[in-house]
Amino acid sequence: MDKVTQRDWDKVIRPRNGWFDIHPGEIWKYRDLIGLFVWRDFVAVYKQTILGPLWYLIQPLLTTLVFTVIFGNVAQLSTDGLPPFLFYLSGVICWRYFADCLNNTSNIFVGNAHLFGKVYFPRLTVPVSVVISSLIGFGIQFLLFLVFFFYFRINSAIIQPQPAILLLPVLIMQMAALGLGLGIVVSSLTTRYRDLTHLVGFGVQLWMFATPVVYPASSLPEKWRWVLAFNPMAPVIEAFRYAFLGTGSINLQHWFISLASTILLLIAGVVLFSRVEKTFMDTV
Amino acid sequence: MAVSVIQVDQLWKEYRLGVINHHSLSRDLQTWWARMRGKEDPNSTVDSVADKGGDQTFWALQGVSFEVVQGDVLGIIGRNGAGKSTLLKILSQVTAPTKGEVRLKGRIASLLEVGTGFHPELTGLENIFLNGAILGMSKAEIRSKLDEIIAFAEVERFIDTPVKRYSSGMYVRLAFAVAAHLDPDILVVDEVLAVGDAQFQKKCVGKIEDAGRQGRTVLFVSHNMGAISQICNKCMILEKGTVSFHGDVRSAVSRYLTASKGQQKIDRSCFFGPLKSRIEFKEIEIHGSEVAGGDIAPSAEISIVVKGYCHGYIARFRTSIVLYKDGFRLCTLHDLTVPEPLSPGEIVSEVRIPPFFLRPGDYYIALGGHDGGVLASGTDWIFSNELASFTIVDEWSDRNDFANVGAINLPHAGFRRKGLAHGIG
Repeated sequence: MDKVTQRDWDKVIRPRNGWFDIHPGEIWKYRDLIGLFVWRDFVAVYKQTILGPLWYLIQPLLTTLVFTVIFGNVAQLSTDGLPPFLFYLSGVICWRYFADCLNNTSNIFVGNAHLFGKVYFPRLTVPVSVVISSLIGFGIQFLLFLVFFFYFRINSAIIQPQPAILLLPVLIMQMAALGLGLGIVVSSLTTRYRDLTHLVGFGVQLWMFATPVVYPASSLPEKWRWVLAFNPMAPVIEAFRYAFLGTGSINLQHWFISLASTILLLIAGVVLFSRVEKTFMDTV
Repeated sequence: MAVSVIQVDQLWKEYRLGVINHHSLSRDLQTWWARMRGKEDPNSTVDSVADKGGDQTFWALQGVSFEVVQGDVLGIIGRNGAGKSTLLKILSQVTAPTKGEVRLKGRIASLLEVGTGFHPELTGLENIFLNGAILGMSKAEIRSKLDEIIAFAEVERFIDTPVKRYSSGMYVRLAFAVAAHLDPDILVVDEVLAVGDAQFQKKCVGKIEDAGRQGRTVLFVSHNMGAISQICNKCMILEKGTVSFHGDVRSAVSRYLTASKGQQKIDRSCFFGPLKSRIEFKEIEIHGSEVAGGDIAPSAEISIVVKGYCHGYIARFRTSIVLYKDGFRLCTLHDLTVPEPLSPGEIVSEVRIPPFFLRPGDYYIALGGHDGGVLASGTDWIFSNELASFTIVDEWSDRNDFANVGAINLPHAGFRRKGLAHGIG
């Protein structure tokens, strides 16, 4: 075939080749689908429940309450002098957003095998929509946080919001990117290793305790604090607390490591995902 | 001038049979760890054994090439396992080919199933948008066709009801309506017409015909030779992963039916079970009163004859023939009431189905046999996937009319209407 006619074809279907067969433009073309997926996830989950979207508030409230009683009152962990409730709430909502992104994207291929086996659309639309619909949940929970934030701010002088508060969008994006990146790496690998589904389930729970969610980084002994550099979520939650509540600090070195590893994970995830999506139907 | 819109060039697709996806992370890590320490791979022996037995590959498509010009409605026919579904999956980009290339011009939409992505909790209206977007429509496009879709599906009154409360007929109608309004340049349709009632099927066929008339290109896969003859202007036969015929519909259909009528050879690889080594089914013949085209008329008795060979003495055995319709196991017929001893040699088993018992439609046959579960040591058995099929055509008769919708006709006798003449009390 000569080159002139070759250009006339709108689409060429070829065998899977190379590692970088990625078409980001396609996702933009399917933005309506992403919107509908987000809306479906949001609407369908709470249909036929009595409390509906109130669950977005009940979950973090109850978790925070339990943490306050157990870790604050019983175990008497340090909260850097902050009101324990606010301290735990800030950690809980951030962790929840990250964990939701990770949990809900990590089973994309196996969970949607039926859909993916019947019709083509860019598979990345599904994890992207998961991250966005979780963001709506985070938004609602963040408003809840703000309510308590202002309540405690009026009543206590210890809460000192910092200019770093402007970093909030970056922090949210980083949580989303980290959850998404890791989630799609896991979902790509679960087409081959089913064990990972089990690992993710409790792994995320354990990971929370390795992250300064129920304790401040400052409560770790100085000589062990470098360990947190290996946990990309640790600087994010620390930074969030520092920005809003004014305690702790942003360890720039750790944060850059965390940013770099987030970006690397996301790229690795997209590459792996795009590679798996072409033929996973033959093996699932 | 005819413009070519689909070019399929030497398409090959390989599937791995046997042991795939049985990897576990721990085993791969073990291998990796052993290699890191320069030790022998603890799984190597296991793997090489598995490789010998399990590393079989199967070429579902073996160099398929064809070209379709704009406005063609191409029927694709072939036995189960001929590669039709694989071809459609590659064209729909659900899976990638192993070798070869497909070139397409214009927007392609495929309909391998109706109602993909329907969410039971969402209303009919909400699902139209969701399903439409999954099939590749933008919101604006769906909105502009909304009234048409709802009217086509005949669900106006229930459009705000969650689809989980829909009857299966309504569900299918709504799902097809969305797909039918895709208006792509190339439409790929799998056997979706097998669903819904006769009237709705006619509507669907009409919609596909319209698409062809409007200069759209349609690829249509079906076992229904009537629909193929009605809709298509070209037809292609796939056989064991290759194109065995590509040309006009009439010759294709008659060629296909003469090939599948009467005797059908049986592929041994369809079978599994402990008796596989001792029993070899070789041929299946389906006889009935064949109407034009080779399908079977409902008014005659149907006889299914299975021929095979027994390689070793079996204490008790009877042959079973299983009929499936639409994936549902309709019935199991045995050649003997009670299993009997079987000596090495030829086996010929026959079962008969009375006239007017089966209603019009496609039926699939699976073969097998077992000892009836009477051996103390357990049950010996052999069973196959669906390996043959036949079609019962419509035939006007009061025993076979639309009033008896369903899979089978029961003899109409022994029922009595309780009249009001008995009075009350």
